[in-house]
Amino acid sequence: MMNNRFEAPTPEQLAQRLDKIPDDVMVRCPVCQTTFLAHDAIDKTCPECGYGLRLGARERIMMVTDQFEEIDREVTIPVRFNDLQYRQKISQAKKKTQQNESVVTGFATIGRQACGLAVMDSRFIMGSLGSATGEKLTRLFEQARQRQLPVVVFTTSGGARMQEGIHSLMQMTKVSQAVSELQAAGLAYLVVLTDPTMGGVTASFAMQGDIILAEPHTMVGFAGRRVIEQTIKQTPPADFQRAETLLEHGFIDAIVPRPQLKQTLARLLTWHAGGTQ
Amino acid sequence: MTRTAFEAVQAARSEQKITTRALINGVVDHFFECHGDRNASDDAAVIGGIGELNGQPVTVIGIQKGQTLAQNQQCHFGCPEPEGYRKAQRLMQQADKFGRPVVTLINTPGAFPDVHAEHHGQGEAIAQCLLTGAQIKVPYLSIIVGEGGSGGALALAGGDEVWMFEDSIYSVLSPEGYASILWKDAHRVAEAAEQMRLTAQDLYEDGIIDRVVDEVNDVAKLQQLRQQIAEKITTLSALPAAERLAQRHARFRKF
Repeated sequence: MMNNRFEAPTPEQLAQRLDKIPDDVMVRCPVCQTTFLAHDAIDKTCPECGYGLRLGARERIMMVTDQFEEIDREVTIPVRFNDLQYRQKISQAKKKTQQNESVVTGFATIGRQACGLAVMDSRFIMGSLGSATGEKLTRLFEQARQRQLPVVVFTTSGGARMQEGIHSLMQMTKVSQAVSELQAAGLAYLVVLTDPTMGGVTASFAMQGDIILAEPHTMVGFAGRRVIEQTIKQTPPADFQRAETLLEHGFIDAIVPRPQLKQTLARLLTWHAGGTQ
Repeated sequence: MTRTAFEAVQAARSEQKITTRALINGVVDHFFECHGDRNASDDAAVIGGIGELNGQPVTVIGIQKGQTLAQNQQCHFGCPEPEGYRKAQRLMQQADKFGRPVVTLINTPGAFPDVHAEHHGQGEAIAQCLLTGAQIKVPYLSIIVGEGGSGGALALAGGDEVWMFEDSIYSVLSPEGYASILWKDAHRVAEAAEQMRLTAQDLYEDGIIDRVVDEVNDVAKLQQLRQQIAEKITTLSALPAAERLAQRHARFRKF
């Protein structure tokens, strides 16, 4: 049955046409709401506002390094956390990400500059800070100090991992000490804040970098918007906790669009190769 | 005495609990309060200054709740703003410069969640407190005296030893928050408290803290606490600075 080509298609026909389009052809930017062809998004950034769509750790590593050698891949949650629901959540996250924790650590070269590198992954229980996450980060800082190399960390996290309770909180101090030792050796620690970086991660290693960069429109904060609204009945402004607001208030060095990140990091690393102590 | 975890939560939050200021005045003599973060303002939730313990100067930093509504409006029920953490950081660095031990007394539901705090870098302020706590070479003793709420408490709980009052709690979030996030039901507080292992006794058994001290509810107990702090500072002071710092790092490295 053929339609007159000037006749409007029925809703059923429209639905059929839509079904033929693969889901990932078009993307809507969660920040500026522009819809664009995924094909047009260089390094998965919105062509309109420059927001970088969320990336898995592997994807990020491919994008930013020349070479990467992973360490501590096998490190996973300690056996003492035996809650069945939590264990299930962990196995699901492992399956989804093909990783054993919310951070991937290792040694890399970025624009031929050697460094320690950690990349968090928001697909793994919202990048939350578990004991194994803290352990991997701590070991990276310790090994980088031994090898006399600077460290680059890409953060993305909802904050503490509450299934691990107080042990999650302790990771904030543990990693901070490792940062402190690296910095005492005169080695640089560079942070790239990526969307979103919240809670206990913001309140520890994300805000301890010698230089702190952020991707455009990245959400960065300590208490979430909902907590503020519910606890003290205050409505935060629209630009609340965005990288641009943090830059204005003096908390980050620069906002760097994703396509320029590698080059920027490479240059910063050449200025900070090796320790001073 | 056996009691439920929720009773411990209530005891930690009790209005009868000794105030941080009264504790400071009982633990040190001639307390001289130092105000301000030298940057923006003076946060009423954090009290800090210098006093004498057995004739030796020490720096004391405390987080306090108010007793009246007016006080609580000023100190946000014991929830510090970033300026409070910057004052604490300044006083820790000052103590380090002059070789004075640091004692922190913590009673806070958590860092204050508001727009001002976020615009003024609440996360950064806590992060820098943690770094400073990892760097200072002087003896550093942290005591949770009431509520030890999340990162806002942790900022001052990075000591060579961490003690807790008998009636105190320490956790990654409030039992109310835990229940509402995990079970979408804020009313299951008692159950949450039980599961979280947040009492002083639980945390001692789990190796998170080093000592449970008696609740201070009279002059004799205050004297006892003063004695315990003085003894610990003497022991810590006897160690070479590098050794002390190494031990502090080893304490947290094991987690």
